[in-house]
Amino acid sequence: MSTSVILASAFVLSFVALLVFIWSQRHGLFSRDSTGANVIFGAEEIGRAEEPAVTSTAAHALQQQVNRASGKIAAPASASDLRTRAAADESSTPVVFFMFCAAFAWLLVATAAGLLASYKLHEPDFLTQHAWLTFGRVRTLHLNAVAYGWAPMAGLGIAMFVLPRLLGRPLLGGGFAMLGAALWNAALISGLASIAVGINDGLEWLEIPWQIDVLFVAGGLLVAVPLVLTLAKRKVEHLYVSVWYMACALFWFPVMFVVANIPGLHRGVEQATMNWWFGHNVLGLFYTPLALAAVYYFLPKVIGRPVQSYNLSLLGFWGLAFFYGQVGGHHLIGGPVPAWLITLSIVQSMMMVLPVIAFTVNQYQTLEGYLSALRYSPTLRFIGLGGLMYTASSLQGSFEALRSVNAVTHFTHYTVGHSHLGLYAFVTLVFFGAMYFIVPRVTRREWPYPRLIAAHFWLSSIGVAIYVIALCVGGWLQGEAMLDAGKPFMDSVSVTLPYLKARTVGGALMGLGHLVFATHFACMIFNLGPRRIGATLLGEAPAGAP
Amino acid sequence: MKSESRLLIGAMVMLGFAASALVVIPYVQVANVAPTSGMKPYTSTELRGREQYISNGCLYCHSQQPRAASLAPDAKRGWGRASVAGDYAFDTPHLLGTMRTGPDLLNIGARQPSVQWHLGHLYQPRAYVPGSIMPSYPYLFVIKDQAEPGDVVVHLPEGNAPAGKVVIATPEAQELVSYLLSLDRTHPVRAQES
Repeated sequence: MSTSVILASAFVLSFVALLVFIWSQRHGLFSRDSTGANVIFGAEEIGRAEEPAVTSTAAHALQQQVNRASGKIAAPASASDLRTRAAADESSTPVVFFMFCAAFAWLLVATAAGLLASYKLHEPDFLTQHAWLTFGRVRTLHLNAVAYGWAPMAGLGIAMFVLPRLLGRPLLGGGFAMLGAALWNAALISGLASIAVGINDGLEWLEIPWQIDVLFVAGGLLVAVPLVLTLAKRKVEHLYVSVWYMACALFWFPVMFVVANIPGLHRGVEQATMNWWFGHNVLGLFYTPLALAAVYYFLPKVIGRPVQSYNLSLLGFWGLAFFYGQVGGHHLIGGPVPAWLITLSIVQSMMMVLPVIAFTVNQYQTLEGYLSALRYSPTLRFIGLGGLMYTASSLQGSFEALRSVNAVTHFTHYTVGHSHLGLYAFVTLVFFGAMYFIVPRVTRREWPYPRLIAAHFWLSSIGVAIYVIALCVGGWLQGEAMLDAGKPFMDSVSVTLPYLKARTVGGALMGLGHLVFATHFACMIFNLGPRRIGATLLGEAPAGAP
Repeated sequence: MKSESRLLIGAMVMLGFAASALVVIPYVQVANVAPTSGMKPYTSTELRGREQYISNGCLYCHSQQPRAASLAPDAKRGWGRASVAGDYAFDTPHLLGTMRTGPDLLNIGARQPSVQWHLGHLYQPRAYVPGSIMPSYPYLFVIKDQAEPGDVVVHLPEGNAPAGKVVIATPEAQELVSYLLSLDRTHPVRAQES
């Protein structure tokens, strides 16, 4: 039997197995109502908006929008439900606060490094006297500060906040997570220092020396302890879809990270396939699930409406878990790796369309008729745009894996544009939105300057739009020039220059947005600005509101 | 979903599928592949140069994997034949790369065998390739009033050396160049190797 037949039959078999598996977990897969989706609300609470990121007047306006859209006036949540939620929020406060502070620090470090790297790419003689400031190192510092600093600290902080709410009880063992986060950050500081002085393992996404990685693993395991403890003692029967994503992300990451970093095991071309198995899965099976979990929780919570077609999320979840894991090989199309592996990765990349559509339908149906709420809720604005960008970046990624497209875009800045559509426009915007929701709960006061939130939103979204469009267009032209044997290689360089400059402009706007966000956060911590405490805590409507 | 153990076991099985496809089977298939004929292990100087290549991040702009003629005109650009797994038998960590902000380097040693060209190009790429966006690496060189015995002087094109001074290559620069010169996978591939 030929390899292709074996491969095709293995594929069909596993696909059927996947469908059977999903079917075995379902309760009325396509039914539009499901009690599972309601577990994020207290009794009678559906129809109640919860948006701590706005002032009490705006919260009142948001509630009116929700009332209009749902056609009824919901009763306030019961006192006991609110007490449970307040206890849950309080239990996670220290660890969430610590992780968010770290996330802000890494966001600023990563932004500075990224902006410098971007500028250096069109001004190659800028700051060349010091080894640690050379493009190759600054770019790597940027990637690692995002990959192991900003994204996990923000994502895990959000998970620590959401989990006790979803499991209906205070977080257990938060101290372990605190210690774990401290270890993790210590590891990252030494990892970045090591890259800056030029000691690294030489694999993209896995540059930090394995000796330091041991600390990451210990830190990661400690962060997972409260998840396990709280799961074991949970007060709810049904595990909400966000829990699936968060729990699996917390288990997937350590396994991948350990396998990828075992010293002396991986060699030659096998190391390259392992490299992209990890490099792509850390996106798809760590940041993506953390961000999707946030979308699945905050989007319905803000508008007070449960996820519609909740059972579709089963398809979305298991589809992601199954297909995403195997797509990494598309980074090696045309490379010296076994042909079956490339084919498998291309097929699974296309199959990713399925879970993505399932997610999109879910969110679209939930938001349908509630779009006016976007005007009143910053959380919703960030998360809504972020969720939309998940669809966009996933579809773009699927098509990028096709051989004909890949021949042009592979090896070009197009890939960098795509990665920022995913990790910034999707993951980071969602994290921003969730943080706007959570920080007022953690610091027990409102965001003092609503205009700063609006400024951050527009700076970030316009910035990333310029960034992604510039690099996708520039990268495509670069790829076309490289494929044209009649053109000298330098044509593929010079054609990108205006686009690389545009990228720096886009990046600078994003960076400005981050400064605004960090300043606003500092105002919260240090109690600066107008003080309007109490009014929107726990989403209660102000006195006299319906 | 009601059972967390079912959830986590399912999730790990999914990751297991992926790991066997992208890690385990390639490990069995190609991790111990024999070097293509004519390849020699790197010398210790070349390996130190390879460390320089890694520590300065060359791999983020230069791939080391020429593609087949059916996919791209890499061979016509002089980048060499499509590479095969055996070409990387001595490459740990692998440096296949994902970007071609600069050209592919798997055969740079065959394409440009001049030590002086490489040293000067590292010192100031734009002295050799107008419009290049490669960073210059002045920190790999020392500027002296005059060369001392044993110094490797870099002979730059007119007007590129600081006036009245000489540019000396550090050992790191020399090692990096010796690694670049070792990059030569032009030997033909026998049928069973491809």
